[in-house]
Amino acid sequence: MLTSDPWLILLVVVPLLAAPVCVLVRNATAAWVIALAVSWSIFAIAIKLLIQVLEQGEVFYRIGGWDAPWGIEYKLDPLGAFVVVIIATIGAVVIPYAKKSVENEIQKERIYLFYTMMLLCISGLLGITVTGDAFNLFVFLEISSLSSYVLISMGQDRRALTAAYRYLIMGTIGATFYIIGVGLMYQMTGSLNIADLSTIMPAVADTRTVLAAMAFLTVGISLKLALFPLHMWLPNAYTFAPSAVTAFLAATATKVSLYVLLRIFFTVFGEVDLFATFPLQPVLIGMALAGMFLASLSAIWQENLKRMMAYSSVAQIGYMVLGVALATEAGLAGGIIHLFNHALVKGTAFLAIGAIIYSTGAVTLRDLRGIGKSMPLLMAAFIVAGLGLIGVPLTAGFVSKWQLVTATLEADMWPLAALILLSSLLAVIYVWRIFEVAYLRDSHLPPVKVIKKLPMSMLIPTWILALASLYFGTHATLTMDIAHTAARQLMGGM
Amino acid sequence: MIFKAPLLRVVTKIIVPPIILFALYVQFHGDFGPGGGFQAGVIMAAAFILYGLVFGVETARQAITADVTRIVLALGVLLFGGTGIVTMMMGAEFLDYSVLGKTPLAGQHLGILLIEFGVGMTVAGAMVTIFFTFAGHGKDGNIALDQENEGEGND
Repeated sequence: MLTSDPWLILLVVVPLLAAPVCVLVRNATAAWVIALAVSWSIFAIAIKLLIQVLEQGEVFYRIGGWDAPWGIEYKLDPLGAFVVVIIATIGAVVIPYAKKSVENEIQKERIYLFYTMMLLCISGLLGITVTGDAFNLFVFLEISSLSSYVLISMGQDRRALTAAYRYLIMGTIGATFYIIGVGLMYQMTGSLNIADLSTIMPAVADTRTVLAAMAFLTVGISLKLALFPLHMWLPNAYTFAPSAVTAFLAATATKVSLYVLLRIFFTVFGEVDLFATFPLQPVLIGMALAGMFLASLSAIWQENLKRMMAYSSVAQIGYMVLGVALATEAGLAGGIIHLFNHALVKGTAFLAIGAIIYSTGAVTLRDLRGIGKSMPLLMAAFIVAGLGLIGVPLTAGFVSKWQLVTATLEADMWPLAALILLSSLLAVIYVWRIFEVAYLRDSHLPPVKVIKKLPMSMLIPTWILALASLYFGTHATLTMDIAHTAARQLMGGM
Repeated sequence: MIFKAPLLRVVTKIIVPPIILFALYVQFHGDFGPGGGFQAGVIMAAAFILYGLVFGVETARQAITADVTRIVLALGVLLFGGTGIVTMMMGAEFLDYSVLGKTPLAGQHLGILLIEFGVGMTVAGAMVTIFFTFAGHGKDGNIALDQENEGEGND
């Protein structure tokens, strides 16, 4: 019998219980203080657990004292711990930032609801990552999704409601497909525990039911992941959501979906040679490439900064899925490291955009002439993020693209390597458009006016993420080691 | 929309208390017979929704205000999670009720009763809130749905 580590359950329970407390106090400042305390303590717990997992191996928890596979088991391995740290870091950075940003964008009497939903969303995302039970995963998927629909609908623009509704429909279809997949697997195996499923799976892998389950799971999760043809909900949701929400969701929600995809492919179906029996690789590579190119092309034509970055996110998801689709240790490591690096980079970009909206009230390129002169410190952070999106050396984006290119070369797929580099050139174009407007265009005209001075509580979080992306771009050993350990463990099953 | 028909009003007045009583029965007898927190919460909410349908949302809102539903909603979740925290403090795992009583059996009994009550509170609060928000059409001050539906025609 394995011993339970109480920190693992606290990771999920603390934000889950802090949320109703926020509803009871019903005060914007008090709710913010609660959310801040919770997000920082979760960050501390996440770091502690990551160190523990790396040094001593997996951490377990048995809910209600029931042994797996009958009871619900929580389980943290290096991959899970890595994703937990990403969620906790972004949460700890976004909550302090949110105070001013939210006061500016959301009606005062609804702010407490914002923090309630934020805590629920954090709790749901962490739950997905730590649970070792396929059905429990669905429950947390719904907790995080429902709270993110509410968060998106809180945007100032009325179109936020339609965006949230569209995401609700697509997200619900995704979650339904997931649960249909889980149901079909349960039909064949009689188990919901992920570790248990993976041991039973080889015996029933050839049945049509399991193939159908596989298809439902892949499509369902791809919807939540916003993998290319299923990404239609994402641009509007990110564009019209409150800035802090966009930053948080862009850096965490799709990443957690990728984690679920990895779990299904390499843990649940880990004992089955999935990629050999199922034409998964060409499909995934095709969708990833289509996303990388078409979404980057769309990003180039966008006037709205938030929408541009949203399309860029769809493209970046393509890179991660490409790494996964290679189904080699190097490829998975590339996908996993890009998951982390992109969270930092896109987090920085969306925090910077939120700060621009706060200070100037503008978000379209044509209204932001000379923003680099009006807000030099902030735009510098944005440019760091932009360079990271391209994958310029010294930024975190370079590390992951390097790893991905190496992985494709190792797998003898050099055309893919060329395509990765080519699609990065598209990122150069949209980042250049921002750079040109911010620093070069019509420099004889007065730059855009700063209406409200940017508070430190928004500038510092933006720079923390920007510096983190520079740090992990130059000191990649730590993150690469974790990504390789996680990838090795995932591949170990095959 | 308030029903003027006296028969409806009288019957509603008569059956609302038994519905609430039945909800409590389903709630607290759930560990021996069919039922439990979710069913009980829905039945409890049905009593208020029926009252709201017949006597109008405004009248029903006087009986159960938005503040009450919100607090009940939040307390239910806290009761559920709080039970788990208490079992952790008593040295067991989260939601391991065995430590709550003198014997594991008594503990399990008490634990399931507590968390099911939490579920019932939250479900009842949520159902009533959802109904009143839609039926109130923005009168609760939260969502101005009627503005959103402009131009889509009435049916």
